[in-house]
Amino acid sequence: MSEQNKNTVDVLIVGGGPAGLAAAVRLYELGIRDILVVERENEPGGILRQCIHDGFGVTRFGESLSGPEYAARFIRQVREYGIRVMTGAAVTNITPEREVTVVAREGLTVWQAKAVVLAMGCRERTRGALAIPGERPTGVFTAGVAQAYINLYNRMPAREVVILGSGDIGMIMARRLTLEGAHVKAVYEVQPYPSGLPRNIQQCLNDFDIPLYLSHTVTQIHGDRCLEGVTVSQVDERMSPIAGTEEYISCDTLILSVGLIPENELSLDAGVQLDPRTRGAYVDEHLQTSVPGIFAAGNVLRVHDLVDFVSMEAEALADAVHKYLAAGDLPEGKVKLTAGAGVHHTVPQWAEGKEPFTVSLRVVRPMDNVWVCAKQGGHIVGQKKMKKALPAEMIQLKVNPLTGTEDVEVYVQ
Amino acid sequence: MFDVLIIGGGVIGSAIARELGRYRLKVGVLEKNTDVCYETSGRNTGVCHGGFAYDRGSLKAKLCVEGNRIMGEVARELDFPLKRCGKVLVGNTQEEYDRLQEVIAQGEANGATGLRMITEEELKAMIPGVKGSFAMLSENSGILDPFLMTIALAENAVHNGAEYFLEHEVTAISREDDTYVVTAGGETFRTRWVINSAGLGCGKISDMLGIKGYKLIYSKDDYIILDDRLGRDLPMPIYTVPSNTYMGIHVTPTTDGNVLLGPTAEDTDNNSWYGVEQKNLDYLYEEAMKLWPNFTRGDYIRTYCGILPKWVDDEGRIQDYKIEILDDIAPNAVNLVGMESPGLTASVAIARYVIDMMQEREKFEENPDFDPIRKGIERFSRLDEETQARLVEENPDYGELICRCQKVTKAELLQAIHNPLGVHTVTGVKYRTRAMMGRCQGGYCQMRITRMLEEELGIAPEEITYAREGSRMFFGKVREV
Repeated sequence: MSEQNKNTVDVLIVGGGPAGLAAAVRLYELGIRDILVVERENEPGGILRQCIHDGFGVTRFGESLSGPEYAARFIRQVREYGIRVMTGAAVTNITPEREVTVVAREGLTVWQAKAVVLAMGCRERTRGALAIPGERPTGVFTAGVAQAYINLYNRMPAREVVILGSGDIGMIMARRLTLEGAHVKAVYEVQPYPSGLPRNIQQCLNDFDIPLYLSHTVTQIHGDRCLEGVTVSQVDERMSPIAGTEEYISCDTLILSVGLIPENELSLDAGVQLDPRTRGAYVDEHLQTSVPGIFAAGNVLRVHDLVDFVSMEAEALADAVHKYLAAGDLPEGKVKLTAGAGVHHTVPQWAEGKEPFTVSLRVVRPMDNVWVCAKQGGHIVGQKKMKKALPAEMIQLKVNPLTGTEDVEVYVQ
Repeated sequence: MFDVLIIGGGVIGSAIARELGRYRLKVGVLEKNTDVCYETSGRNTGVCHGGFAYDRGSLKAKLCVEGNRIMGEVARELDFPLKRCGKVLVGNTQEEYDRLQEVIAQGEANGATGLRMITEEELKAMIPGVKGSFAMLSENSGILDPFLMTIALAENAVHNGAEYFLEHEVTAISREDDTYVVTAGGETFRTRWVINSAGLGCGKISDMLGIKGYKLIYSKDDYIILDDRLGRDLPMPIYTVPSNTYMGIHVTPTTDGNVLLGPTAEDTDNNSWYGVEQKNLDYLYEEAMKLWPNFTRGDYIRTYCGILPKWVDDEGRIQDYKIEILDDIAPNAVNLVGMESPGLTASVAIARYVIDMMQEREKFEENPDFDPIRKGIERFSRLDEETQARLVEENPDYGELICRCQKVTKAELLQAIHNPLGVHTVTGVKYRTRAMMGRCQGGYCQMRITRMLEEELGIAPEEITYAREGSRMFFGKVREV
């Protein structure tokens, strides 16, 4: 692209879902006017558009909303403020210098941004990624794809259903499919505990008499054209199938709710370093990535439990971007945060630590009556007591200002 | 009445159909599947072989070397991806070193060029992270897109007048008054010449032609496909030291940057079961790790299985290709048996060999209108931004990215849906554009693509076919609105 065809913008936000919209609104409210949100769909809202169930917004708005209603609150504000949103527009490249290429029906444009906000969300793990043995018949869908077919495309993919994985979308689809007349035979979870939220187990499975089998997985797919059935096996404590426990279950549909993966292909192109644990960017408490001027929030950073926290994280990001634009840069986070005993990951992974900040983390297994602690050198810099700590739920821990550059270990005791 | 009917529209059948376009002949192709690359032609490693790993003087050696020699020209004419990236065969023991020396001598006797030993140092400079103490380098080996090669041959055949009949499985062949009567898909076809290029079905068709007695076994190959970020660090295929009948497990980049781990090669009697097995997946992981430990299970995006037909003798020893015309048993019938690897590499050479055999019996009139050129669907993702910008300006459909991870635009998908062969499946679109072949496996784009198929073809949701006949995707609408 020649220089004269390049546009400039203060903040370019990649993705018009809950993270991108919340960041845009907050940035505007902080006085930033030159904002561009780039959204690949024809309307903003992201994955919320297909989440027609309720339960969104209890934390952020104090009331229970459907996905489209939750998104509409932000979209209304974006429109009111006149923030530019390019829809039907895909970002195809981001450079470390924050040059962003956008492709849309209206043309290919290149933008030089002062700050780039990564808000691309996540994708679902697939059957191929799990490498479930068998042929490749139709009828094997990720939960999100099945949800899109039913809620957005008016297409019915299922009659007799088995669900693998007790992720939230899987359980929500168990209820949704039942309401649309399909027969959901069971949900199987490879871990010894559910991976979704307790409220979804109650409202989506128990209330509809759908059994949940823990420590079970699908070990074979049957059918060469259309799915005819699956073999389900019990697994041992190392999650290996136990020989002799195989059971054949006939079904025409297998729904997979086996995990979400932050969608960071563009981030990698931009040179952003990723944390293998979260599969999102390494960030500091300002949510700035390893590339100065590139920030990340929401499910692209790590998979969240509730959309409310996605929006709130994006709002915190907006505060940091505002400071970054005013100062030209932000102080580097030099203190490393490490995931210690019982902790799967932390966000941020680095901190400047001048001001108090919040670490969010997930635990590796369900635990009762624990202390969640952050320790620098010999000093506790943050702790809280929890009656129940579940891997399904994000835990927020307040951390006091740090001194020195020694690592902070976050652990559960 | 056809001059030539080809049974099987895989890479060899389609190469024959394409090469017959050089003559004034009425050519038909009977294909039992819904597309031309659903069996062995599409389910392989996509390697353009050098011709060194086959017995001296065999047809496999001769046709592979010739196929490799002409592949550049064929790929240019037909516009399918070919990368002559070379490949290495790595070894560690003295025995393996000696064997590689033999392979080089055998390859040179077969007419292969560009074969030499390289040191560990050279090897590791060429391929970061590769394991091995030495290697044989084959400079002329390469990789190609097996789907697009088969499709390109078929499309060029159609362009030059051949007719394809998809979902036409041959059920009977008889001979009446010096012509063959072939029943396929419930229809009757008459032809002067018939060609058995039925691949996995070669034994069945051979029997129908009255040529009995071929013993076939099937070699089932499981593979794992890795994310296309990994191919950036793998410039060429890594093989182990081969025997003359088995190549061993290899790690191979595709022309699109994915990495393939496989094949397992197990003998089976079943030539239509494509299920991958857990034990094979575990084995592939272990074996591939010994060659190139630069991946994790987290890089898996898909698995697949291919089957090769192998002609064996009574002791089970794998035989050479059999390409024959038996004038007394089945005149004007070309019988191809055991067309396994290196069939993809050799396909056009095989086609020319077959036509030469036919012309020994009947001189065909040249077709002065033969056009060897076929243009594929332009891949938006491979163009520079200037060209992309110009394309979007000319046709806004290029500005609509439907498949995010492979960056496939609406314009490409429309061309794929309205393809020259009249293939109407979801995988037909996939093989022609790469949509749905990325790491999300259609998680983002498949809903848009099935809707486009419905709209463009004017079909109902329950008529959407995924791949093989009968692979429906939907039971209908959720409700009428």
